[in-house]
Amino acid sequence: MPKERVNDMLKKLAAYIKEYKAPSIATPICMIFEVLFEILIPMLMASIVDDGISKGDLPHIYKTGALMVVLAVCGLISGLLGGVFAAKAATGFAKNLRKGMFDRIQTFSFSNIDHFSTAGLVTRLTTDVTNIQNAYQMMLRMCFRAPFSMILAMAAAFTISAKISLVYLVAVLALSTFLIFIMRRGMKYFTQVFKKYDEMNATVQENVKGMRVVKAYVREDYEISRMKTACENIYRLFVKAEKNIVINFPVMMFTVDACILLISWLGAKMIVNSGGTLLETGDLMSLLAYCMNILMSLMMMSMIFVMVSMSIASAERICEVLDEEPDIRQPEKPVTSMRDGSIEFKNVFFNYNRDGSGEPVLKDVNLSIKSGETIGILGGTGSSKSTLVSLISRLYDVTGGSVKVGGVDVKDYDISFLRDQVSVVLQKNVLFSGSILDNLRWGKPDATEEECINAAKMACADEFIEKMPERYETRIDQGGSNVSGGQKQRLCIARALLKSPKVLILDDSTSAVDTATDAKIRKAFREVIPGTTKLIISQRVSSIMDADRIIVLDDGKVDGFGTHEELLGSNDIYRDVYETQTGGSGDFDEVG
Amino acid sequence: MADENVKEVKMGRGRNMGPMPKLENPGKILGRVLSYVFKDYLPAVILVLVCIVISVLATIRGTMFLRTLINDYIQPMLTDTLEGKTADYSPLIKELLIMAGIYLVGILANFLQGFIMIYVTQGTLRNLRYELFSKMQRLPVKYFDTHAHGDIMSIYTNDIDTLRQMISQTMPQFFNSGITIVSVLISMIIISPALTGVTLVMVGIMLFATGKAAGGSGRFFVKQQKELGELNGFIEEMMEGQKVVKVFNHEEANISRFDELNERLCDSSCKANQYVNILGPINAQLGNLSYVVCAVVGGILALVVDPANALAINIGDLASFLTFNKSFNMPINQISQQFTSIVMALAGADRIFKLLDEEPETDEGYVCLVNAVEENGVLKESAERTGLWAWKHYHKADDTTTYVKLEGKVVFDGVDFGYTDEKQVLYDIQLFAKPGQKIAFVGSTGAGKTTITNLINRFYDIQDGKIRYDDININKIKKDDLRHSLGMVLQETQLFTGTVRDNIRYGRLDATDEEVEAAAKLANADSFIKHLPKGYDTELTGGGASLSQGQRQLLSIARAAIADPPVLILDEATSSIDTRTEKLVQEGMDALMNGRTTFVIAHRLSTVRNSNCIMVLEQGRIVERGTHDELLQQKGRYYQLYTGNTSEVMTA
Repeated sequence: MPKERVNDMLKKLAAYIKEYKAPSIATPICMIFEVLFEILIPMLMASIVDDGISKGDLPHIYKTGALMVVLAVCGLISGLLGGVFAAKAATGFAKNLRKGMFDRIQTFSFSNIDHFSTAGLVTRLTTDVTNIQNAYQMMLRMCFRAPFSMILAMAAAFTISAKISLVYLVAVLALSTFLIFIMRRGMKYFTQVFKKYDEMNATVQENVKGMRVVKAYVREDYEISRMKTACENIYRLFVKAEKNIVINFPVMMFTVDACILLISWLGAKMIVNSGGTLLETGDLMSLLAYCMNILMSLMMMSMIFVMVSMSIASAERICEVLDEEPDIRQPEKPVTSMRDGSIEFKNVFFNYNRDGSGEPVLKDVNLSIKSGETIGILGGTGSSKSTLVSLISRLYDVTGGSVKVGGVDVKDYDISFLRDQVSVVLQKNVLFSGSILDNLRWGKPDATEEECINAAKMACADEFIEKMPERYETRIDQGGSNVSGGQKQRLCIARALLKSPKVLILDDSTSAVDTATDAKIRKAFREVIPGTTKLIISQRVSSIMDADRIIVLDDGKVDGFGTHEELLGSNDIYRDVYETQTGGSGDFDEVG
Repeated sequence: MADENVKEVKMGRGRNMGPMPKLENPGKILGRVLSYVFKDYLPAVILVLVCIVISVLATIRGTMFLRTLINDYIQPMLTDTLEGKTADYSPLIKELLIMAGIYLVGILANFLQGFIMIYVTQGTLRNLRYELFSKMQRLPVKYFDTHAHGDIMSIYTNDIDTLRQMISQTMPQFFNSGITIVSVLISMIIISPALTGVTLVMVGIMLFATGKAAGGSGRFFVKQQKELGELNGFIEEMMEGQKVVKVFNHEEANISRFDELNERLCDSSCKANQYVNILGPINAQLGNLSYVVCAVVGGILALVVDPANALAINIGDLASFLTFNKSFNMPINQISQQFTSIVMALAGADRIFKLLDEEPETDEGYVCLVNAVEENGVLKESAERTGLWAWKHYHKADDTTTYVKLEGKVVFDGVDFGYTDEKQVLYDIQLFAKPGQKIAFVGSTGAGKTTITNLINRFYDIQDGKIRYDDININKIKKDDLRHSLGMVLQETQLFTGTVRDNIRYGRLDATDEEVEAAAKLANADSFIKHLPKGYDTELTGGGASLSQGQRQLLSIARAAIADPPVLILDEATSSIDTRTEKLVQEGMDALMNGRTTFVIAHRLSTVRNSNCIMVLEQGRIVERGTHDELLQQKGRYYQLYTGNTSEVMTA
């Protein structure tokens, strides 16, 4: 990835530190203090040995010991504060990032949502944020600490003896060159391995999900033999990748040991030759103690480097969400009243690809629907039935032409107002965890229980809700998994009815409801909400043949628009579908 | 899209989800993990242990070196120099060379340890993965009904991963720390038992402080995990329903609920992290304190106490003791900090072993399916594929073998069934299908249609009654052979990663390319396959996510067609397929059904109408049976379903 883009990305993320700037700055400062004490303490240790023990100066030992205790306490305080601030900064940053993304997603239009997969969004909000949180905490605590510790230790070593300390300089250069080389190579291998590893896990998942197929075709042995090869491959790849980095620690040890030996030799020579004037035994001890400080810091820096570069991928994915521009916006002077539920499509074109590439899915659609009419919509998959109706409540914006509701272009309405007036029951619908009443009240937050029951009655949901143990207080599990498909659809219809909309759109919303109940729901619509314009998409001719008029869509174009009888006479597609499904119902699904 | 799917795999039960697990018998699990590793890698593990001992000893010898350097070399040489004699460096050079040798041995041992451990760890994991997968393939379908797929996946990902860490890092480090502690302790005692006592007291204080902080962090970690779970649950639910949120203008309400959960998580996770963060500084400074105390006490012992006293020590000894003091704290911290990760890993290992211990699907069947030739009206076994199949039935009683022609006659006699013993799903099912007949099941969801079909191929075993296949009790037929003779097309089509061709060939692995294409033609899948970018060699990923549901269904029909089974079990697609594709699917299915005994879970009228017998199921019982016309005349449940008429409502 180009450096500039990484910089841009980090800048964008950094904007979410917000109120956690203070702890974010305080953490490295505390860490620097901690390092300072960490470096000073070995000096005192040396002093204890040299000036105290060697010279038989017991008061000096007491004095220096006391000073060391004081420094240790200071070190403890700065360490504690550093830890506390780091946690605050990192978790706060994570919180802001999550909120930033979640808020942004709430402004997304349908086409923005289509851009991401559900699982992708969830991963970004969870795993990716956690990765960033960990990396950020690590950075705050170590990014300054490690280099500072190294520099300080180096400086301290140089003040003791510049000549001997040159050994460290050489060691640091050599070790860092080596580490960079190994990391580069190692990371390359590991990315490859993890890709294969993910593939293998995907295969396992496929098997878990498709176990019935595997067993039905007696393919257990076949799958096992395939898995054996896969395991063997993963084994080889992992071994290969890990062999690349296994040398890290021994090389580090080698460097440390080499430094110790060299410094011992040079130090001993210096002490002896100068008669203890240039260097004392205590100094030599300190010098050797810094060895660990310097080289461990270097190892630490290489670890930070790895961790940060691994979190870059997460940062990138988070930025994708933050960068996504919602493409449906509130008009400048939003209209908040609607004359009636009439709908007009004028030369409407629509294309899912925002750059206009590929074929439009709606081509020059012209329709005029009177307020209160019941309209059926029929057509094969890919004939863009769902797309057509989603333009009415401005879930998508037209690419060309205009859609008017109540005589006003949908783009001029206040978006929330429009969506309250045009109520859509989506094809892929979802119930949320909570009671049945909670779910119904999505349509109208302040609805009374009676209003909810009325809506449920109209959608023929009342009959099964009443049979449930806690009736309207029955808890719905996440995704509505504890109600059947047909029950779910009826609850969704009731929820949409609670809005008392001017336009009601059912997008294949009774596919799992049996024909009789389906008819009952339509009858209720006719009787209870005659003034509401109703658009009903269905694969089932019986669901729409009693509509006032029927739209036949084919490949994004209106192929026919008229009553059942008219279309039977004039429209081939309609007649064909009708004949395939003749004789009442075409389905035997789900009764009751 | 495929990438996203892979990510999803990893989620499942997150690694740190949930509180610290309570283990039934950690010692036993640990023993089992160890014996699993030893099983294949005992010599390697022994070598690793030897390497660890060598490298620890080398490190300790290195620590002792400081003492020798100052006491035995520098001080005497310094005295020599101060007295005007020339210092003799040759003993020092010799000592340095010896040290270099020792260090090198240590490094080599360390490298060898790391190198061997790669093979031990990865090899063990490979064996485990393979055994897990093989075991999983042998488990009954019931297992997959009763275990969440995410949890099964989590065993392959998270649990294996924590186990990897334990085998490759934690266990060697534990061993290393243990040996270090023991040897450093011995060295310290040799130098000065008194100072060792002081050090041990300080270690006690350190462990106490660590325990306190760890307890606090544990409490908040549990809270953090709970709140993380809640927030993740909310996020998952809302991302799944984001479009519904838009349609109902529910954004604001969502944000305020999210803020609440987010704030709570931030709070507890901040506290949990704080406790973890302060562990390091506390230990480090207590270590420094321990150093000071030892220095002061040591100073007194070196200077004040009479050198003749047993407690007295010299300066060089004190210097090395202080170094040991430092190197003593580190392994103790390591062990105390790694304790949690070991418990986590053992919990994972426990789940792995549970799966491995699961009871596999049993098969007591002995009647098997063989190729046959008919000579003079008598069936004989044939080594070649003849297209004619027979059941080879060995009768133990009189030691004879009979051959029964595979025709596809299926009889249910008083079959009762329940997925669990508490809840019965099917009651007294009677059913008779002659070879080549088509039997349709209709009824509402949960009436037991799918269950019946799952009994024929013995995905589940019945509680009572008998199922006979060509007049043989299916319990006597080998499961593999039974399933070979049955073709299955499920509504929710499962495709596998691989080419279109591979997916069709799944039905019969030795099918030629021509046979694959012929099957695709029969299933009406040929035309759409040819329009795919690479035709039959198009790679499918993510369960065929790039295909429409209808196309996936066509492929699964082709897959059944190539297996060419005498009996078919079909689950028709519901109305979410558009009419044109549905027509193709229907024609494909009709072609497939031709001449085969077929059990079909019917949703479409045309299928039902030309069935030989229709079974109307309600709450696990067959309430009506007969042909379409017969049932219509009865004016019962079927009539209601068919006409859409109920007593209260007339359709328009």
